[in-house]
Amino acid sequence: MKQGVLTGLALLAILCALPLGVDSYWLRLGTTMLMYGVLAMSWNFIGGMAGYPSFASAAFFGLGAYAGAVAQKFGLSMFIAWSLAGVVAAMFAAALGFALLRLRGHYFAIASLVVAEVLREIVNSATDLTGGGKGLNLPVPQMASIDDQARFFYYAMLGVAVLAFSAVFATQRSRLGFGLRCIRQNESAADMLGVNVTLYKVNAFILSGVFVGIAGAVYASWVHYIEPPDVFDVLYSVKAIVMVLLGGAGTLYGPLVGAVLFLSLEELVWRNYISVHTGMLGLLIVLLVLFLPKGILAFRPGRA
Amino acid sequence: MSALLQLSGVSRHFGGLKAVSGVDLSVERGEVIGLIGPNGAGKTTLVNLITGVHPATTGKVSFAGKDVTRQKPWQAARRGIARTFQIVQPFPEMTVLENVAAAALFAGGMAYGAHAESAALEHLRFVGLADVAATRAATLTLAMRKRLELAKGLAMNPQLLLLDEVNAGLNSSEIDHALTLIRAIAARGVTILIIEHLMKVVLNLCSRIVVLHHGELIASGDPQSIVRDARVVQAYLGRRYADASG
Ligand SMILES: Nc1ncnc2c1ncn2[C@@H]1O[C@H](COP(=O)(O)OP(=O)(O)O)[C@@H](O)[C@H]1O
Ligand SMILES: [Mg+2]
Repeated sequence: MKQGVLTGLALLAILCALPLGVDSYWLRLGTTMLMYGVLAMSWNFIGGMAGYPSFASAAFFGLGAYAGAVAQKFGLSMFIAWSLAGVVAAMFAAALGFALLRLRGHYFAIASLVVAEVLREIVNSATDLTGGGKGLNLPVPQMASIDDQARFFYYAMLGVAVLAFSAVFATQRSRLGFGLRCIRQNESAADMLGVNVTLYKVNAFILSGVFVGIAGAVYASWVHYIEPPDVFDVLYSVKAIVMVLLGGAGTLYGPLVGAVLFLSLEELVWRNYISVHTGMLGLLIVLLVLFLPKGILAFRPGRA
Repeated sequence: MSALLQLSGVSRHFGGLKAVSGVDLSVERGEVIGLIGPNGAGKTTLVNLITGVHPATTGKVSFAGKDVTRQKPWQAARRGIARTFQIVQPFPEMTVLENVAAAALFAGGMAYGAHAESAALEHLRFVGLADVAATRAATLTLAMRKRLELAKGLAMNPQLLLLDEVNAGLNSSEIDHALTLIRAIAARGVTILIIEHLMKVVLNLCSRIVVLHHGELIASGDPQSIVRDARVVQAYLGRRYADASG
């Protein structure tokens, strides 16, 4: 426990120091890495801890991005807009969770996959509010230089990542985390042992949505302009899953390790082979499921 | 004082099949009652109706004076209705200790932390599994898993314990051990309903026996009158048993 806290603090110190003296390419990469980390850590709640394969990350991300953008369009300040995006994503996750989490396994996965598509269509047609297919511009924060701006968004994303990490840390040491482990291993037995399974799953789903929603809003401010196919991209859902599987489902550091590995692969390999991107992703999923069902971290002795 | 558990006209249909039909049964506090009947008689289904796994098609289930017909399994667990499974249901990747701690935590109402674990260890000692507390539940032998089920049931701090064939698949010395445990649990004041095929066990433990056949309760009474009941003999025990015990 004590060692875990020290590891976490050391990691945080490194992440805080990272933007000093790097160029904008590395800043962008660092911000993306943190965003991926948020996606992965968040999916870990529902997919890793509860064992429900959610494809809803893209829905939460897009919803957060649009909630943040629309709030700022109506004159709310950026930080308030980001917080509001978290609230909207959480409330949406709660409602969606009560509806979808009755379904088990593959049925839940498919149902959650459709959600982002539905939201995208809604945003597309709500032209007055969202600009529809033309997209939406966001106010650019006034800063001394482009680099300052890049650093600002790096630290903003780091803040969201720290929130998500703290939530994982706390959940794993709580009644909720213990109940979720029970649910993943045998849901009906958990039910009969007194775990309010619906409530626990919905809580996991809310946790899987809230930080992704905030990250979506931060992303929207960061890139200044969003459009439906960009923020409701199903690849956000797929990447979140792949990163967690890569690093180790249900673990504390697994999703972060997975995010770093995944982003490295993406930068080194796929940028140069855009056309085979999705195919590679599919191949990676198959390989992961076949050869690394517990993730990279499981290879290290004494850790699972 | 009213009965702890009261079933009134309880039925459960699966499609056209009447797995349980029109069962009236009342169980008093502190009673150890045996539920017997041939395979497919509806015994497990009856337990599922009492614990909220299946809602009753018709009829009413009351527990401690409260109508609980529509309760969910987790609510039954928190109310003090614990059960063991005919087919054991551990959390395979967790340790034996964690399995029991989960029961103490969620059904037994204990707070998360060391307290629940030490309570769990106490129950493991009682059933003789303290030595394997730190092993993964998946690695236990069948006899040990049955005892783990008992420990989980106890950790739930139940008023009513439903034991669904806890002795099936055990050898005779293991059964003797289980008998001792069940008697000790009853001595704590826990009301027990036990489903059992071995007449030796039922006659040994129970003050009353009820017989289920094709989903209907065909007999209820003290052990001696049940083994002489012509319908019970015909439906379940067989002529040879009646002759031998006669
Ligand atoms: N979930 C279910 N769906 C359909 N039929 C069931 C279900 N559970 C039990 N049954 C049927 O109900 C009858 C009673 O089964 P059960 O209660 O398991 O009997 P017992 O425990 O006395 O051997 C059987 O015919 C069984 O096939
Ligand atoms: Mg049965």
